[in-house]
Amino acid sequence: MPPPPPHLEARDYIGLGPAAPASSCSSSSGEADAGPHLALRLGLPGRDEEAVDAALTLGPAPATAPPRGAGAKRGFADSLDRPAAKDAAASAAREAQKGACEAAAGAPPAAKAQVVGWPPVRNYRKNTLAAANAATKTKPETQGKSEAECCYVKVSMDGAPYLRKVDLKTYSSYENLSLELEKMFTCFITGKSSSCKTSTRDILTDGSRADALQDQEYVLTYEDKDADWMLVGDLPWDLFTTICRKLRIMRGSDAAGMAPR
Amino acid sequence: MGRAAGPAAPPWHSLPDEVWEHAFSFLPADADRGAAACACHGWLRAERRSRRRLVVPNCYATDPRDAVDRFPSVRAAEVKGKPHFADFGLLPPSWGAYAAPWVAAAADGWPLLEELSFKRMFVTDECLEMIASSFRNFQVLRLNSCEGFTTAGLAAITEGCRNLKELDLQENYIDDCSSHWLSNFPECYTSLEALNFSCLHGEVNFTVLERLVSRCRNLKTLKLNNAIPLDNVASLLRKAPQIIELGTGKFSADYHPDLFAKVEAAFAGCTSLRRLSGTWDAVPDYLPAFYCVCEGLTSLNLSYATVQGPELIKFISRCKNLLQLWVMDLIEDHGLSVVASSCSKLQELRVFPSDPFGHNGGQVFLTERGLVDVSASCPKLESVLYFCSRMTNEALVMIAKNRPNFTCFRLALLEPRSPDYITRQPLDAGFSAIVESCKGLRRLSMSGLLTDLVFKSIGAHADRLEMLSLAFAGDSDLGLNDILSGCKSLKKLEIRDCPFGDKALLANAAKLETMRSLWMNSCSLTVGGCRLLALKMPHLTVEIINDPGETCPVESLPFDSPVEKLYVYRTLAGPRSDTPDCVQIV
Repeated sequence: MPPPPPHLEARDYIGLGPAAPASSCSSSSGEADAGPHLALRLGLPGRDEEAVDAALTLGPAPATAPPRGAGAKRGFADSLDRPAAKDAAASAAREAQKGACEAAAGAPPAAKAQVVGWPPVRNYRKNTLAAANAATKTKPETQGKSEAECCYVKVSMDGAPYLRKVDLKTYSSYENLSLELEKMFTCFITGKSSSCKTSTRDILTDGSRADALQDQEYVLTYEDKDADWMLVGDLPWDLFTTICRKLRIMRGSDAAGMAPR
Repeated sequence: MGRAAGPAAPPWHSLPDEVWEHAFSFLPADADRGAAACACHGWLRAERRSRRRLVVPNCYATDPRDAVDRFPSVRAAEVKGKPHFADFGLLPPSWGAYAAPWVAAAADGWPLLEELSFKRMFVTDECLEMIASSFRNFQVLRLNSCEGFTTAGLAAITEGCRNLKELDLQENYIDDCSSHWLSNFPECYTSLEALNFSCLHGEVNFTVLERLVSRCRNLKTLKLNNAIPLDNVASLLRKAPQIIELGTGKFSADYHPDLFAKVEAAFAGCTSLRRLSGTWDAVPDYLPAFYCVCEGLTSLNLSYATVQGPELIKFISRCKNLLQLWVMDLIEDHGLSVVASSCSKLQELRVFPSDPFGHNGGQVFLTERGLVDVSASCPKLESVLYFCSRMTNEALVMIAKNRPNFTCFRLALLEPRSPDYITRQPLDAGFSAIVESCKGLRRLSMSGLLTDLVFKSIGAHADRLEMLSLAFAGDSDLGLNDILSGCKSLKKLEIRDCPFGDKALLANAAKLETMRSLWMNSCSLTVGGCRLLALKMPHLTVEIINDPGETCPVESLPFDSPVEKLYVYRTLAGPRSDTPDCVQIV
């Protein structure tokens, strides 16, 4: 008489994670033919639910922290809770997209967001090259430039007597835009704690004043295609430049509930 | 019958100190001198009293007054401050590394000091004024990647240091106070041998500069800033044809045959020129003016040059004696294959990204191919820094096979976690081949998709590795454990965005005291783990660094609060007292 078949455990080959109640009952009964309920998902086997869900949406990773322990990625959610989290949010969105893309057999990433300090190019080098680029940009633009549409949007600030216009295509990142807007509107901001005489390094270095506008009780918002007012910083930069129609620098008191605190 | 009894030679251990000091002068490496000093009190005394050159790679490893007391005869001191990742903006600006205590201690204890170098430190004008007034034979000042001072401080140096030979300002952030620092060199002053002000943004008085260059006949190194146009560079060279190292100023100029002839004639006179650098903006038309110096060049830094195409390649191919080449990725694979066949003596290659964030959208045709070609054809190549967008394991294995003599291998793939672009596999096999083949590897930076497997290889094989940089790599604490339990010679470890937690650190706590420093950011560390580490290892300083906006005191945070940035280093001085609010020492 042949020995009874060994007790079969459902194996998580497809990465279902914690199985639905129905399927766990059927698998624990040990019957070989009652396989777990199959649900096709885009993601590598073994990834936990949260990471894969995030992979399907273009947006920051979900607010719940992934479990710690061996193999867990760092808590992007923790950095999302912090005010200076724009870069972390952007990198989290990119990480999530990468998950989807790796499974989709080598398709190039949808949008490139910047990670702080990566690629490892020294700040001095970055600043020197940026200054050189800016110098060449002041030359008159020739016709038929390959860089197509410019993207002028109105920028308004609460309490300012007039608006400004900026070309989103000339900026490379949220920090860049934030710094430039601050320079533009600095004359309207009274009682700022940081002095106006900033050193060259402060103006040029990424990150050190990225949130100056937000720290100074102002919040940067934009109007999108659907005429909704959204908080700047959630989307990858390139996507943002195509969606943004208008910019508005809101006073912190008006923006209560929108600020990421 | 015995031999005639002559006078007995003194036993070796009672030889006078001067003999030992002379013996120790043949030990160039500080490590060897340090080892000798441990042998006995006599040697300790002789060694420390005769030490002339002191390098302090971490300014917080010791109190400056203790260093001055221990080595009272130092003539040349070099002090380094912030950790390397500060270069990439990962350290808050107010973190520390102040030069003032070092200058004050030196002024007190080393009146005969001749040379002072600071790297990644905060140097004020007061420091510079103190230097100018405290050391009567001060000759060499080198400031690299420092900040906090202005041209007014430089004016104090140029006015006060009558014997100044070298003023080397490399990549500092200097505020321009329109001070006439250059004019402060007295008219009778002629001892300048090296002047580098390439990082200054402001104008300098060209007439003053020209007169200075004319009267300093020993001037060997001159690195100009962006404010000096090509025409003036040529004039300066005519006054200083003996020059060995030149950094050009702003190089863009519209083509003009007269100017071309002037530049060409000026360079033709510089028969000793060996090292060339500078910012080279629209220059292709003028490159042929340099042809006469190409043969003699040993070092070429085109890393700020946007020049590309056939003119660039033709120029480099004439530099047959190059030992060191720094260039942008605009050279592309084709250009590097020409380098491979022309520059057979090449020892160091650095290729920098022209468009690191992909804004210009343009395709740069630099791939793994370029590096494979150069490493196959340049037998002396030992140091590489390479930024590119893609890599394969096969290429890395080939590179490792061709060049087992690498001492420094740094590969930066622009996209974090990029796999082998053909097989989609992690690059574990490639980097493992590098560490297994290159037995003399001292410095390694890795990037791309990497699992814990590669750390097994590194821990097991990289015996001479002193500095390791990791980013977006690994799967678990096992990876970090393999490194810390292996890598016998590891001195500096810097890690970002890797899933490493407290366990590996605590299990290898003793290792950290054999290292100079450890940096980790965006990993899986907790406040509790760091506190435990600090308790376990009293000779380490464990710094938790937050973003400047947050100053929540560490004591009130729960055990498993995440730590964003950690900096650990060994120190004789105990916890430092100059921390800003965002830094907590646990």
